[in-house]
This record gives sequence, C-alpha cells and structure tokens, in this order.
Amino acid sequence: MNQNPLLLGAVAYDPKVVTIWDGFQNYFDKCGLEFDYVLYTNYERQVEALAAGHIHVAWNSPLAWLQSERIAGKLGRRAEAICMRDTDRDLVSVIVTREGGPVRSVNDLKGRRVAVGAKDSPQATLIPLYHLAQCGLEPKRDFEVLLFDRLVGKHGDHIGGERDAVRALVRGDCDGACLIDSNLLLFAQEGTLPAGSVRTLATTPEYDHCNFTVMESRMSSSVELFRKLLLGMSYEDPDVRRLLDLEGPKRWLPGRTQGYHLLSRAVDHFGYLDEFTAAVAARCT
Amino acid sequence: MHIDLEDLRFEHGGALLVKRALRLAAVGETVTVAGRHPDLTVYLRAWCRTEGHKLRQVDDSGTGYAGIVRGPAADQRWCTAERAGRADPRVIGAVSDRPSQRWGLAGRGALVEAGSPEFHFALDRKMEIWSGDAARMYAQAAAAQWDPATAVPWEAAFDLPVEVEDAIVQVMTYLIENETAALVVPSRFIAQMHPHFREVMQLLAVQAADEARHIEVFTRRALLKRKELGLSTAGGQASLQTLVDEPNFAIAAFLLSVLGEGTFLNLLWFLERFAPDPVTAAVCRLAAQDEARHVAFGMSHLREHLEASPSLAGTLMNAVRQRHESLRHTAGLNTEVFDALVLLAAGSWDCADIGRGHDAVSTLVREMHSGRKRRLLKLRFSDADAEEMSALHTRNFM
Repeated sequence: MNQNPLLLGAVAYDPKVVTIWDGFQNYFDKCGLEFDYVLYTNYERQVEALAAGHIHVAWNSPLAWLQSERIAGKLGRRAEAICMRDTDRDLVSVIVTREGGPVRSVNDLKGRRVAVGAKDSPQATLIPLYHLAQCGLEPKRDFEVLLFDRLVGKHGDHIGGERDAVRALVRGDCDGACLIDSNLLLFAQEGTLPAGSVRTLATTPEYDHCNFTVMESRMSSSVELFRKLLLGMSYEDPDVRRLLDLEGPKRWLPGRTQGYHLLSRAVDHFGYLDEFTAAVAARCT
Repeated sequence: MHIDLEDLRFEHGGALLVKRALRLAAVGETVTVAGRHPDLTVYLRAWCRTEGHKLRQVDDSGTGYAGIVRGPAADQRWCTAERAGRADPRVIGAVSDRPSQRWGLAGRGALVEAGSPEFHFALDRKMEIWSGDAARMYAQAAAAQWDPATAVPWEAAFDLPVEVEDAIVQVMTYLIENETAALVVPSRFIAQMHPHFREVMQLLAVQAADEARHIEVFTRRALLKRKELGLSTAGGQASLQTLVDEPNFAIAAFLLSVLGEGTFLNLLWFLERFAPDPVTAAVCRLAAQDEARHVAFGMSHLREHLEASPSLAGTLMNAVRQRHESLRHTAGLNTEVFDALVLLAAGSWDCADIGRGHDAVSTLVREMHSGRKRRLLKLRFSDADAEEMSALHTRNFM
C-alpha cells in the first residue's frame, strides 16, 4: 500500500458514503491516482483535520467551507474550493405553509411557529431563517422556531430533519416549514407531502452547496490530478455513471465561491461560527 | 417548443408533460413551460437541477413561465446501451451464440444500459442449449396443462384386493422418487441458464411444473386407500443420484429425457393398460402425455447440438458407460416393483395369469429397449452403438 496517497475526508451521513468512496477509490486507482479516504462523524472534526494537515482534501458542506475559509484566514493561509457537482450550484430554499391554512404571506408567520431542520443545516435552517429575518421576521423574537435537530454535525446532509419539519407542518404542529427545493420535490414525489397539501410562501436567493476544499498555499500534483480526473468524468461512461448516480451530479464543475455569500451573511447574522473557528485556529497555530 | 401546463401541478403529473416535450427536443434546444400554478417554477428549478437541464428565463411573478434547455444526460445514459438480440427468435441473429452476461435478466430484445451488473449464468452457449422447436414446444406444453383436482376421477368407486392395492402403492412409491429426480434435474439447470434463451428456460420450467403435478397425483393415488407409501431402495436411489449429480446439461438431458423418460413412456403406458382402477389409469395416462413432450424436447435440442458438435456423441456414449459402471454393483429395479408389475399385468394370483403377467413385463422390457434404440438411431448413433448404449441403460428404468 502506498504510504502517501491523496487523502480525502468525507462525513459519514449515510451508509452509502462507504459505497461512494470505495467506488471512487477504485476509479481513481484505475486512472493512476493513489487515493484513500477517511470518514468523520461530523464536519467540525473534518474541518479541523484539514486545517491540521491530516487530510489533503475535504468534501465539505457549505457551512464547512465557510468554517475552513475563516480558519484559513485566521492562520494566514488560503482555502480553495477546487471542484463541485453541477447540482451544487444555484440552489434555493423555500418556506412552505399548509394549503388552505391561516398563513397567506410571510408576514402572517409573525407570532406563529416555523419548523426547520438541524440547527447547523444551511438549507433547512440558517439560510431560510436569515431570509425571514431579511423579510422583517426575526427568529425567536417574531416567531417560534421548531427545531428538528437530526444528526447535528452533519450540516443537514441527513434528510430526516427536513422530512420531520414538513410532517410537523402537515400535522398542524406549526404553520411554516423550511427546506431545500429539491427535497420539496422529493417529498411530493414520494408522498410525504400529498399533492396540493402545501404551497410556497417564499423562496430564498440562490446559493451554492458542497465543494472539495483544499487548504494549501498551492495545489500539489496529486490534488491537481484529482481535480482533473473529476472534471473529466463523463456521464456516458457506465463505470463513472454508477458513481455519479450515487453522488447525485451529472458532471463535476470547477469550484466557485461566490455562491456562499448568502450563507456567510446568515452565519454572521446568527453569530454561528465565531467560537468554533477561533478555537480551531488557536489549536492549529 | 412550448407547453402549457394550465392548472396542472408539476408534481401532480405536470412532470410527465415536461419530460415528453424534452424527449422531442434536441440537446441544447429550449422548451418553454407555462402554467398557472404559483409553485411551478419552484418545482421546475429543483427538477431541472437533478436531471441535468438548465433553467432560463424564469418568471416567478404570478403566472409561472420558464425556459428549459435540454441537457445531455439522458442521451449520455443510453448512447452506449446495447440491444440484447431480438425478441422474435425467427429473425436472423435474434438469438446470440453467446449472450453477454451483462444482459443479465433483461428480456431478449430489450435495450440494456451499459454498466448493468455482470451475471454468472454457466449455461450461456446457444449450441449447448438451444432448440429451434423450443417456442412451439413451450406453447404446446402451456396449452396442455391439466388440473390434478379435476383431470383425475378421484371419487370413482373401486375396491381392490389387498395385495393388488399393495402393488399399486409400491409402484406409485417408485414413480414418485423417479419424478422427483425429473423435477430436480431441469430445475437445477434453469437457474444456470442464460435467460436470453427464454423459450428453453420456459420449457424447462413447465417441465418441472409437470413433474410437480406427477408427484402430486402419484402420491394422492398411493394414499387413496393407505396411510403410508411403500419401499424405497438404496439401488433405486443410487441410480437416480447419478442423474441429480450430473453437472453437464447435455449429458443430464440425454440420460434423463432421451433414455430415462423415454423408457418411462413405455412403463406409464403399460401401467395405464393394466391399471386395476380408473384413478391409476388416469394418472399414468396424464403423466405419459407430459413425458412424451419432455422426450421430444430432449431429442430436439440434442439433435441440434450433435449436428453442431459431432464429438458430443462420444461424450454421451462414455457417460452411459460410466453410469453403467458406477451402478454395476447396485440392485437395479427393486424386486418389489418388478413383482408388482407382474401382478398388475396378471390381474390375479392364478398361475396362468401370473405367467401371462410375467410375459407382459418381459415384453415391456424388450419394448423399452427397442424404444431407446430407435431414439438413439434418430440421434444418428450407429446401430451397434445404439444397441450397446440401450443395453447399458440403468435397470432402474429412469
């Protein structure tokens, strides 16, 4: 076994993560890239491992990207988003209510209860709550937040929190629910949300989701090869298609960071990251 | 291209109309979608992202409107797909000489996505399996299925002498274990057969179902007047074990269908002729009709296999010799079965009748031999080889 393979960190939010990265390891091996991966139970541990140099690349949630970027800034280093899925770009979250219920507009949520996902979920909590704050409704002050805190540390990757939130809405335990648009579609398709049971009150601006993050002064040759192989993957190739279907995209795209401004403003608004990023930076100094 | 979903919700059927429009569009072409449902663009945006299409010209104000630029993913998925032969076996090249293991369980003629898992069907050579008659024989077999509950006069009144009933129970016991072998052997090969050879697979499945019915009716006849079955001998089971253990499809089909079931045809018609009661006559007649089809298929596919691969003849001959050698020290047909056949043919314990019964069984054995030889000659074995092979066939009949 090679002692210095490119080491990637990923968070084990679901058992399929092993299947995914075993598949990628096999593919990269055929393409001449020595590759291995480490699974973490939460993004905070992965972000710290990246900052400490234990891994070369982190498959980061948008929140983990911001954590990495801010820690790098405190350390005088630079974090770079090198690659992302086509499905990571231009997402929106929605705030939905029961069709035929008492809520007709966002303002009607005042004094009511809104269900969200895990407290560290960008798509089901931080971004939609920030959007409501921008609309003049401050969480906890102007409306009650009903938190479905599934698997904290996994930044909302686990779908369970959003499913619980919409179920609470359908049951009448709350008057609004926050989720990503793709899960709204999924819940409608799988029947969690019967057709016509909810309608959209508000849609957030677009934002980006995961990326492969490196924290080096310059990319090593193995990271460059890793990125090149990802960008070269074609959905036409049946071996590649199997992996892409597991992970979700139709193709990989170069990383970009302009899609994280909305989340950045949200975490600043809620003061969510400061304590963690300062502590990690102190330990890595 | 433009479609209007009117009041139809995207997640409540509207997606079908959008997909249909995109199928008709070229990659890169824009399909515009309009609709009156206020959430239309919310769902469209999410759906386009997961399907690899681009969403443009989104108008969220009141009436939904968006342009979808068709992405290449759907074409990319199917551009390397392969058609697994042709459905109609009469089309030239429809049945592959050696179908891909990646065609797996797909129906013959289906378009199979590249990257489908590789299966491991050991029987994947057309030459070893295929018969041009398989489709016709399957249709015939499917049409000839009978219902054990109604095809046999179970309620017919009869009362046989104790020893005649004993003889019937013993013969039925013998038939049951032989039919069990005839069920197990094709069943084992069905699971190994590439489903590309659909008609053969179906035919063997019906054959197994036939044997299941035979086991049922023979058991039911044995227990009609008794609580238990008769004797099962070590020699009889040793003979059948050589069939069950035979790993080669051609050899197993030859030993079971051509030689074994061929011999059984004579036995079943003999039992139908000398049956002392209407139930025995019916179950033997029904089983014989089915067995005739099994023999016909064995003959058909082995004739084609031997034409394609003449060296198989030597292999089959050696198999008969080896089986004979391995059974040389066993008893063959158990005496209880032989005696029961004599008594059934005699119809009484009268000396003259028993003598005639013995003659009838001797005639049966000669007819079995000549029947086997006739089938072997049809498979183009020489007269001398056919004579030798038939003579070496197991004394247990199957």
